[in-house]
Amino acid sequence: MEDLLRDYLPILIFLGLAIGLGLVLILAAAVVAVQNPDPEKVSAYECGFNAFDDARMKFDVRFYLVSILFIIFDLEVAFLFPWAVAFKDVGMLGFWSMMVFLAVLTIGFAYEWKKGALEWE
Amino acid sequence: MGFADFAFYMFSTVVVVSGLLVVVSKNPVHSVLWLIAAFLSSAGLFVLLGAEFVAMLLIIVYVGAVAVLFLFVVMMLDVDFAELRGELAKFVPLAGLIGVVLLMELALVFGAWQSTENVADLRDAVTPALEDTQNTAALGQLIYTKYIYLFQASGLILLVAMIGAIVLTLRHREDIKRQDILSQIYRDPAEQMELKDVKPGQGL
Repeated sequence: MEDLLRDYLPILIFLGLAIGLGLVLILAAAVVAVQNPDPEKVSAYECGFNAFDDARMKFDVRFYLVSILFIIFDLEVAFLFPWAVAFKDVGMLGFWSMMVFLAVLTIGFAYEWKKGALEWE
Repeated sequence: MGFADFAFYMFSTVVVVSGLLVVVSKNPVHSVLWLIAAFLSSAGLFVLLGAEFVAMLLIIVYVGAVAVLFLFVVMMLDVDFAELRGELAKFVPLAGLIGVVLLMELALVFGAWQSTENVADLRDAVTPALEDTQNTAALGQLIYTKYIYLFQASGLILLVAMIGAIVLTLRHREDIKRQDILSQIYRDPAEQMELKDVKPGQGL
């Protein structure tokens, strides 16, 4: 247990450095930089025009479909990792149970391919 | 206080604070970003528990996929959130009541919680010995053989989710031209075009 945590210590140090660096950069921008606010600085440049709509608009629902399908295959792949690590121990039963699992999801994959859910018009 | 304790308090503080900010931040996109921060720190907590695989899953699945889905939903909803915020004050008493009830239920559950003396042994009996097997390997030795029915059921649930998402959201538009790759490849130039020898100054 202690060994395991020791293995993760570099990641923790890296995380601390990343957070520290991020904070330093943000604070430096707030402290060191010359601040001279002016409404003209944030207005549209020369012949550019002002924003006429909100950024929050209706997306096409197909984006949603793509990301749901991505999550499903993401989970499928996540199941493959412990199987691959314990491959020598799970025996024939473990092998075939994974094959059935993959076959079931391949049915779904064939369905979505046939339906044209992977195509973008 | 050891280094692990320090890391635990750091991570749990970040989880609690960012969980709070998910609820109170004005901008829903910021809420999702705080949610990602909460997920990441929970992954840190899982690593501290020794559950490496769950920690990595939390990062891959929740941060990588679910949070993106949440962002999509937040973007797609087309709701005036400022207006919603204005009505928030009406629901604060009810929400507070529900929160207090939940808190009391939790207190009751944990107050009455009694664990048997050999609870550690009972828990260890399920998994392979964790001293000499890795976390991920221990999971792999259990999921695919001992819990095979649950594993297959999860596969079927994923199939249902996939088909359900397609049935609910896929609208095939008929008014557009699609690519048909095979027919495009098999087009025969001899049938599709004709070469004419045009004499100068005459035209066709």
